[in-house]
Amino acid sequence: MANREFDVIIIGGGITGAGTARDCALRGLKTLLVERDDIASGATGRNHGLLHSGARYAVKDAESARECISENKILRKIAANCVEDTGGLFITLPEDEDSGYGLDYQKTFVEACLDAGIQARIISPEEALRMEPSVNPRLIGAVAVPDGSVDPFRLCSANVVDARMHGAEVLTYTFLDSFIIENGAVTGVRLLDRRSGVVSEYRAAVTVNAAGIWGQAVAAKAGISIGMYPAKGALLVFGHRVNNVVINRCRKSADGDILVPGDSVCVIGTTSTKIPFEECDDMRVTPGEVRLLLREGCSLCPSLSSTRILRAYAGVRPLVASDSDPTGRSISRGIVCLDHESRDGVKGLVTITGGKLMTYRLMAEKATDAVCRKLGLDRPCETAVTPLPGSGDGRIEAVSRRFSGKPTAGQKAAAGRHGDLTGRIRFDSPDDGALVCECENVTLAEIRYAVKELGVTNLEDLRRRTRVGMGTCQGSFCIRKAAAALAEALGDPSLADKLAAEYLEERWKGMVPAGWGDTLREMEFMQRVYKTGKPYSYDD
Amino acid sequence: MQEINISDKNFEQCQKCSLCETVCPVMANNPAYAGPKRSGPDSERYRLKNGIFFEDSLKYCMNGKRCEVACPSGVKIADLIQQARIKFSTASPKLRDAMLASTDLMGPLASGFAPIVNISLGLAPVKGVLDATIGLDHRRTLPKYSSRTFTSWFRKHAAALQDSFPRHISYYHGCYANYNYPQLAKDFTAVMNAFGYGVHLIEGERCCGVAKIANGMTEAAVRDAKANINAFRKATATGRDIVTVSTTCTMTLLEEYPELLKVDNSDVKSRIKLFEPFVFEAISSGIVKPVWKEGFKAKVAYHSPCHQERLGWGIFTIELLKMIPGLELIELGSNCCGMAGTYGFKKENFKVSQKIGEPLFNEIRSVAPDYVACECETCKWQIEMSAGVSVKNPVSILAEALDLEKTSELNRA
Repeated sequence: MANREFDVIIIGGGITGAGTARDCALRGLKTLLVERDDIASGATGRNHGLLHSGARYAVKDAESARECISENKILRKIAANCVEDTGGLFITLPEDEDSGYGLDYQKTFVEACLDAGIQARIISPEEALRMEPSVNPRLIGAVAVPDGSVDPFRLCSANVVDARMHGAEVLTYTFLDSFIIENGAVTGVRLLDRRSGVVSEYRAAVTVNAAGIWGQAVAAKAGISIGMYPAKGALLVFGHRVNNVVINRCRKSADGDILVPGDSVCVIGTTSTKIPFEECDDMRVTPGEVRLLLREGCSLCPSLSSTRILRAYAGVRPLVASDSDPTGRSISRGIVCLDHESRDGVKGLVTITGGKLMTYRLMAEKATDAVCRKLGLDRPCETAVTPLPGSGDGRIEAVSRRFSGKPTAGQKAAAGRHGDLTGRIRFDSPDDGALVCECENVTLAEIRYAVKELGVTNLEDLRRRTRVGMGTCQGSFCIRKAAAALAEALGDPSLADKLAAEYLEERWKGMVPAGWGDTLREMEFMQRVYKTGKPYSYDD
Repeated sequence: MQEINISDKNFEQCQKCSLCETVCPVMANNPAYAGPKRSGPDSERYRLKNGIFFEDSLKYCMNGKRCEVACPSGVKIADLIQQARIKFSTASPKLRDAMLASTDLMGPLASGFAPIVNISLGLAPVKGVLDATIGLDHRRTLPKYSSRTFTSWFRKHAAALQDSFPRHISYYHGCYANYNYPQLAKDFTAVMNAFGYGVHLIEGERCCGVAKIANGMTEAAVRDAKANINAFRKATATGRDIVTVSTTCTMTLLEEYPELLKVDNSDVKSRIKLFEPFVFEAISSGIVKPVWKEGFKAKVAYHSPCHQERLGWGIFTIELLKMIPGLELIELGSNCCGMAGTYGFKKENFKVSQKIGEPLFNEIRSVAPDYVACECETCKWQIEMSAGVSVKNPVSILAEALDLEKTSELNRA
C-alpha cells in the first residue's frame, strides 16, 4: 500500500490549490493535492483569462491594484508561455460623459493607476485605433495599460507539473469524504476515489482548503462555518480573435466591459449575479445574459455583432463575507486566508479563498506561509522568481524549430501550449504528426503526450491540456477522431463512443444560449450527425 | 499591425464539411498542399492570432475558386488564401514570376520582336536555358506573341468606322488579345459590329492584374486596378457598357478588386459584362438578330474554365452555342485544366498541372471534337498542348458561324 502520510494535503485542484501545492513542494513539504474532478475544471477555467494590469481596480481598491501589477510582472517572467503581452486599452465613449465617467474620470483613473505603480498612458483616439483597429471608432478617449492575457488551463497545469516534479502527489476525480478529526485537530482526510468507489485515509499535520466556492462545504465538514456568496460570472466566446489588444471600458466596473483576446478566440465578460449554492455545479447562461454581454461587447468593438459566437459559459467567484459582518453586506474581493486554529479552535486546517486568478501565486504564498508556520518551519517562498516548467521565454517560433527547420502548424501550436516542455512531445512514428483537431491544430503526438504525462482521463481533461474541440466546430468534426485516439492511448479502445458522447453534451450545453445564426447551424449539424443534444429551457 | 480583423470572407461560417477539399484540383495531386479548408478558414484563426502560422504551402493554391463555388456556407476560401499570401508572404517575386506576371510589360517588349521571340521561345536550347535559369518549364509550349498589337490594328483599320453604328459598347480587350492573339479581338469587333454595336477602346485600359496578384506583386496590381476603375468610370459615363472576353480578367475586375485589392468598383460593377451573357441577352430580348451561315457544321466540346464556374455564367455560353444551327455541342465535365494562368508555366508546378488536367484531356480525346470551345486563354494553351485539340473562344466561333454581312444588314437600324 502506498504511503499515505504527508506534511500537507491540499483540497482543490484549481489554480489556488495547484499553486499552493507547487509552493509547498518547492519548500520541501511532502504534498498531496486532491481534486474532485479534473484540475482547472471549476472557476479557474471559467473566466476571461485576463492578465490584469490592476488598472480595473485602481480607483476603488488600491490594494488589489497593487497586488495585480506586482503579480502581472511576476507571471510574465515565471510563466512566459502562459502569458501573452497584448497590452490593454481603457476606452471612453461619448455616452460615458452622461453617466459621469467621461474624460474627467479618465484623469482620476490615470492618477490612481500611477499611484498604484501601473504604467497608464493617455493616448489619442487615433492612436488607440492604430493600436487596435477593431475598437469602437466612436471613442473619445483611451488609456494604454500593461494588460495581457493568460491561459488559465496552462498555468494551472504548469503548477501541477512542477509540484509533481518536486515530489507532490496529485489525485484527480477524488472527493473529500470527511476529515479525520482527533482531539480538536484535523489530522487527515478520508478520500473517495470516484472511479473505484473506494474510501481511503490520508494523514497530514495540515490540510489546506483551497476549494473555491466549494470551500464553504469543505469547511462545514470540519464543523466550521465560512460565509460565502457564489457570484456567477457569464462570458461569451467568439469564433476567432476580433481584437489583439485587451479592450476595457474606462468607467466603474460593470457587466460585459472587458474583451480579451485569448489564444485563437476572444472572450467578452462578465456579469455578476448572486446564485444559490445548488447552481454552482450546473451553471447555465441565460439568453438575457447573452444579450447583455453582446450589447456591451458591441460598444467596445462593433464587429462583434457580426462575429460567430462559439458558446457561452459561466464561472463562480468565491466571494467571502467579512467575519465582522456575517450578513454578507460587506463582501471582500481580496485574498482571504483563514487559520482555523485561531479563528475556530480547529487545529491543522487552513482555508485560502477569495482573490482571483491573477493573484493565485500570492494566495498560494500566503497559504504556504500559514502551513509552514503551523509546521514550525521557516522556509522562504521561491515561486516569485522560479520559472514554471515550460515557461522559457515565450517565443513560440523558436521552440517549434526544435522539431524541424520547417515546423508544422501542429508543432507550432503545441509549442504555444506547452512552451519549453514541448520537446517532450515525440514526433517519431509516422502518424504522430497527423492532425486530430483541425481547428486548434492538435496532433496525435500531442494527445499521446497529454495522456502519458499530463494526467488525462477523458476528453474534457484533454481539452483543457490541448484545446482539442475548442475551435469553430466545437468538436463536431474531430471528436470521434479525438475520442478514438484518446481511448487508444488510455489502452481501452471501447471507451471511444462514451468519451465522445460526454464531450458533445458539454459542448452542446454551452451552445444552447447562443443558439441562433451560425451557432445554430453548427448545432443542427452536430445534432444530425451525432443525434446528440438535449433541449434546455429557461425561465428568462 | 492588424489591418483587417473582422469577420472578413465569412471564414468562421465554415462547418468543416470538407466539400471544398473534394473539388480542389491541387489537393488531389499535390500532397505538399494542405488544401482549401486548412489553408483557408482553419488557419485563418491562427494567423489572426500570430503571423507565424502562415504557411508557405499556400503558394500551391491556383486560385481557381472551385472551393468557393462548392462551399455551402459562403466562405470565400480562395480569397482568404490569396489575402493571407498578400498579408504575410515575405518571399519577393522571382525574376520569372515578375516576368510572367507583367503581361503588360512583356507584351509590348515581345511584340516588337515577335518573329525572333516566337522562334527562340520554340527552340529546345532556349527552353532548356529558360528552365535552368528562371524555372520556366521546358516541356511547356509557350504562347506566341503577335508582331502587331490589336490596338494598333484597331486604330488604323477600325476605329474610324465605329461611330456609325446605332449602339455602342466599350471593349476591355485585356493583354492576351492585344499582344498574343489579336485575331480574337478582331473577331470580337467583327461580331459586335455585325450586331450593330460600335466598339470603342477604353482610354487608359491597363492589365487587370490577376497575374500580379498570383505572383505577389500586390502593389502593382492595386495600381492597375485603380487605373482601370477610373478608366471604366469615364467610359461608362458615356452610357456604354464595358464588354469583356476573358473570364479570368472579368472575375478579377468584378471580384478580386473589392475582395482582395480593396479597390472599390461598386459604381461600375454592374456595367462590366462578359461577351456571352451580353450577347445571349441581346439576342433573346430581340435587340439584335443573328443570321447564321448556311451549311455550318462543327462538333464542339465546351470546357467551362474555373473562373467561369465562379462567375456562374457558363450557362450563357452553352445556350449561345446551342443557337448555332449545325453545331453539335458536347458539355465536358466540370474539371480544371490545371493551367491556372501563370501557375502551369512554373517548373515546380508543371507535373501537378498536367496531372490535374488529365481527366479533362482524356475526356476531350474520347469525345474527339473538331475543337474545344472555352472562354479562357490559359485553358486554351494547356488543352492545345496536352490534349492536342485546338481551342476556340466562343467569340471566334460566332464570327465563323454568323453570316456577318446579312447579320450586319439586319442590325443596321
